[in-house]
Amino acid sequence: MRVWKFGDDIDTDAIIPGRFLTIYDPAELAKHAFEGTRNEFARDVREGDVVVGGTNFGCGSSREHAPLALLGAGVRVVVAKSFARIFYRNAVNTGLLPLVCPETDAIRDGDTVSVDLAGGFIEANGQRLPVEPVPGFLKEIVEAGGLVAYAKNLDKVEICNIE
Amino acid sequence: MAATIAEKIFSMKCGRTVRAGDVVMAPVDAAMIHDITGPLAVRVFGEMGGKRVYDPDRIIMLFDHQVPADSIPAAENHVFMRRFAEEQGIRNYDLLEGVCHQVVMEKGRAAPGEIIVGTDSHTCTYGAAGAFATGIGSTDMGFVLKFGALYFRVPESILLEIDGAFGRRVGPKDLILSLVGDIGADGATYTALEFTGGAMHDMDMAGRMTCANMAIEMGAKAGIVRPDETTRDYVAARRGVEPLDLAGDADADYRERRHYDVTDLSPQVAVPHNVDNVVDVADVAGTKVDQVFIGSCTNGRYEDLAEAAGVLGTADRFADGVRVIVIPASRTEYLKALRAGLVERFVEAGALVEAPCCGPCMGGAFGLLAPGEVSLSTSNRNFRGRQGSTQASVYLASPATAAASALYGEITDPREV
Repeated sequence: MRVWKFGDDIDTDAIIPGRFLTIYDPAELAKHAFEGTRNEFARDVREGDVVVGGTNFGCGSSREHAPLALLGAGVRVVVAKSFARIFYRNAVNTGLLPLVCPETDAIRDGDTVSVDLAGGFIEANGQRLPVEPVPGFLKEIVEAGGLVAYAKNLDKVEICNIE
Repeated sequence: MAATIAEKIFSMKCGRTVRAGDVVMAPVDAAMIHDITGPLAVRVFGEMGGKRVYDPDRIIMLFDHQVPADSIPAAENHVFMRRFAEEQGIRNYDLLEGVCHQVVMEKGRAAPGEIIVGTDSHTCTYGAAGAFATGIGSTDMGFVLKFGALYFRVPESILLEIDGAFGRRVGPKDLILSLVGDIGADGATYTALEFTGGAMHDMDMAGRMTCANMAIEMGAKAGIVRPDETTRDYVAARRGVEPLDLAGDADADYRERRHYDVTDLSPQVAVPHNVDNVVDVADVAGTKVDQVFIGSCTNGRYEDLAEAAGVLGTADRFADGVRVIVIPASRTEYLKALRAGLVERFVEAGALVEAPCCGPCMGGAFGLLAPGEVSLSTSNRNFRGRQGSTQASVYLASPATAAASALYGEITDPREV
């Protein structure tokens, strides 16, 4: 899994610019991922590649086109020191796995990494970097493969249950 | 038990005490969808097996990002959404009323104590009405359309006590830019901001909306202005009922309490390419601008346009070579500006006054920037490429600073005009 390394505050306008928001097909969105800020991404990204960022990854607009564009590009995992709230939730809901890893500075662009979810770490450059699991109530959604799959068989929800 | 406003709202909705950190499936009082993120929410609703929305009267639909349709796919989205509204009996304001956040507020669809979600990150604007309002993605919205509820983690709160009195031509936008600069783009991630203090309570609803609107630029989940007489008058006039009294308790468990005084605040500017990259206007004065945009959900209200017109004063024309785009945030605000003669003044001075919509802040519809161009905008984001080319630069400022800069063709301190 090749790493595409990005810095801090990667916003959703960078992931998918506003002029492409009438597109909803992930494969089509992927053709414009990071257009204008990192053009080689859409050209060279391969199935299973991993996007790695710094702090506040996915800040800005609530556009779900951002995780969809990454999924369309074949990315299944995004690793960052921290995520903006809406992007994090959108990623979980659409089946893109967001992993918080405080030590992404140790990961370089072009590195090959492997993710060991059961072990709770990413292996990069021979180092095991711990990742934080998705919190409790979102875990079921991740395990279902996204919120659509999770909600499809629900008829009603119990209001105000406290987890 | 002492509680923050956010804790009180979730506790009221759930009929039992909930605290920051609790995760609850909370009922949603209102849900807003628009032309960009709405179609995906509607599709997801169908994929989740949704047939009828949980309550059509609680769903607010309108189009503002690409209006009138700027492309065939945009027109198709509008048709798709209209059809859904008709099928479901949802009130659709269509493209007639203006920018979503302004419309929700002015139609009285937000009130103190309510939980409101919208598929737009600036949904936090309704915190100006004392609501817990937050932006969500389309898939979460599909869930809300079906079930009328959503999982929320009740957030910790940061108390922001804002005191003092603004100087001449300094106002709410300068305050909120200075807060974003101080707290940082992720300094309030996952939290609810609770605004109070003399300067907040002296502010009109327009100014409070400007502040609540940009809570998300600090990563916040909500930005709630403690309701007072001004809130009550605004909401009661639109709802016809006396809204709820709501305040955080003095001994509530705030994650942090921050105090600011606006008395000596200078006009603030967010410089490219992050909203928290904030400086005093003096630091960037003289920067040439190609385009000035006065409008958006942040600063497109009558009060903002009047502030800009005040700076324009009796000057004949904006500077040569500057494209000035003025977009009132709603039809109501447009009419107010029209009747007060502001639209005539802007047009005489060389501005393009457009019909209510998101305008250049959408980064796709119109008013885009070429590589190397510079825009000064009263909107809320200056990300690379937000208003067109990723090689362009966007500065954010108040309507007064925007008007002063339009007059001179370069970033200008409005106090010196």
